[in-house]
Amino acid sequence: MSETAAPISAPEAGVGWSARVARVASAMRQTTLPVLGVLAALLLIWTLACIPMNAAQSVLDASRAGETVSPEAASERRGMSGLALALRNPGPATAHAYSQDRPRLPAPHQVAGALWQSTATVSPTSAQSLIHHGWVTLSATLLGFAIGAGLGIALAVGIVHFRVMEMSVMPWAIVSQTVPIIAIAPMIVVVLYAIGIEGILPKAVIAAYLSFFPVVVGMSKGFRSPDAMQLDLLRTYGASRPQTFWKLRLPASAPYLFASLKIAVAAALIGTIVAELPSGAQAGFGARLLAGSYYGQTVQIWAALFAAAILAAGLVGLIGGLERRALARMGMRP
Amino acid sequence: MSAPDTEGAVVTARNLDLTFQTSDGPVHALKDVSLSVEPGEFVSFIGPSGCGKTTFLRCVAGLEEPTGGTLEVNGMSADEARRARAYGYVFQAAGLYPWRTIGGNIRLPLEIMGYPEEEKARRVRETLELVDLGGFEKKFPWQLSGGMQQRASIARALSFDADLLLMDEPFGALDEIVRDRLNEELLSLWARTGKTMLFVTHSIPEAVYLSTKIVVMSPRPGRISDVIDSPLPKERPLDIRDSREFIDIAHRVREGLRAGMEAA
Repeated sequence: MSETAAPISAPEAGVGWSARVARVASAMRQTTLPVLGVLAALLLIWTLACIPMNAAQSVLDASRAGETVSPEAASERRGMSGLALALRNPGPATAHAYSQDRPRLPAPHQVAGALWQSTATVSPTSAQSLIHHGWVTLSATLLGFAIGAGLGIALAVGIVHFRVMEMSVMPWAIVSQTVPIIAIAPMIVVVLYAIGIEGILPKAVIAAYLSFFPVVVGMSKGFRSPDAMQLDLLRTYGASRPQTFWKLRLPASAPYLFASLKIAVAAALIGTIVAELPSGAQAGFGARLLAGSYYGQTVQIWAALFAAAILAAGLVGLIGGLERRALARMGMRP
Repeated sequence: MSAPDTEGAVVTARNLDLTFQTSDGPVHALKDVSLSVEPGEFVSFIGPSGCGKTTFLRCVAGLEEPTGGTLEVNGMSADEARRARAYGYVFQAAGLYPWRTIGGNIRLPLEIMGYPEEEKARRVRETLELVDLGGFEKKFPWQLSGGMQQRASIARALSFDADLLLMDEPFGALDEIVRDRLNEELLSLWARTGKTMLFVTHSIPEAVYLSTKIVVMSPRPGRISDVIDSPLPKERPLDIRDSREFIDIAHRVREGLRAGMEAA
């Protein structure tokens, strides 16, 4: 045995290169393959769905190009479902499904192309750029999220310390979330405009309106998570209420904080986009969605939707990263 | 104020009563409990579940309010004693904060009581040595065994050097072997520090091995059925448990427990 060889009891001792390859391969089988499998299945369903969804236009295109379609009369085709059309004309429906200008359901490659085209090939400051729209939405989202999270935490602190606040504030917080945001957003915009507030703030207020609630609920639970024994322990030290809060309730609530923030940031993004819909906004994902639906630009709508989803995933992922770092520093078991 | 026979006592209870109002009606947790504990004594409370031994300890700690009788701790009311930080309390579960290191957990009471920085560091180091956990200051609780966690929680109760230590079944969740060793260590700790100990247990050997005074309690309503002053010497090797005296005291404790059960 050479001197550099690991002792036989060391981890991985005696594990050769091929065994390691086998282990990596098995890890891939266990995680990567299922993830890719689900992704592939979704893309397949999406791609297949394009055929019946776009069949009416496909068959029309085919008949204009001189191909034989059934039924031949456009008036007969009008009342038929996309599925029936696709089944009666499988060839034309498939051939013309993926290259339409305004498809009912754009194909994955069309959406990907539009995403690429509107991020990489245009100036980030142009009105065509999703980066431009993304930044407009993101800035209002972040401001609203900060207001909402701050308000949520403050309310939770009050609720935990004053029983009367739980009874007086909590019902209104719940009622606020039962009102459809799409109904209340224009009113907030109008009311704020009437008192001279416009620009980013009305959108941020609507984002905050949606995002404070998960934080209030999560953090009132988190601040109450210490058990009776841990509270008794601090009483034996004669700890004051502020000391109990800073030394026990706050650190104990950390896992709840990050869970609430993840929900809150996604809610803030939705709130901002909804706020951009009725307010005549010129920029932002909401404005982009609205413009796309005015002009029947389905590819543009889908590209904006995907951009919003990617942004939301990024924000949630960012908070997840913060969570892992914070909890690791707090000594949580890895 | 206090009667002559309790002059200088650490804990004096006279005709203590405590009734909890529950949804099933009142529960008589303590009835007519009178007891006096002198400085430096090691007093064990033993009895079946529901006999009020933990409730009595919580009354001494000011965590429960008696509904009748008088209770003095260090010549004050229990609540005043609590606010004067007169005692350290060890719970049945170690209850270390998982987000603090062992050192950080022992530092917790010192932070709350506002000790200066270098004093905190010194006391953390010293109490860790006292419970034989030197070198574990930077470990997190989950990295320690149950017995070590309970030692850390004892260190936490000792760190601010109160003269009275209240322990509520601290070794109840540990296995027999670890419990034996911690019992031995607790005795040597008691001998070195000279603190007054109030110790709740439901193990007869543990109570007899540790105590200078054994308080036998019985349930429904919780009351004292016997108080035994132990004739065992202060120096107690583990094999003292095979001696005639030890077995006699254990027998008397068992008799007391049985009598209490029959009366109930």
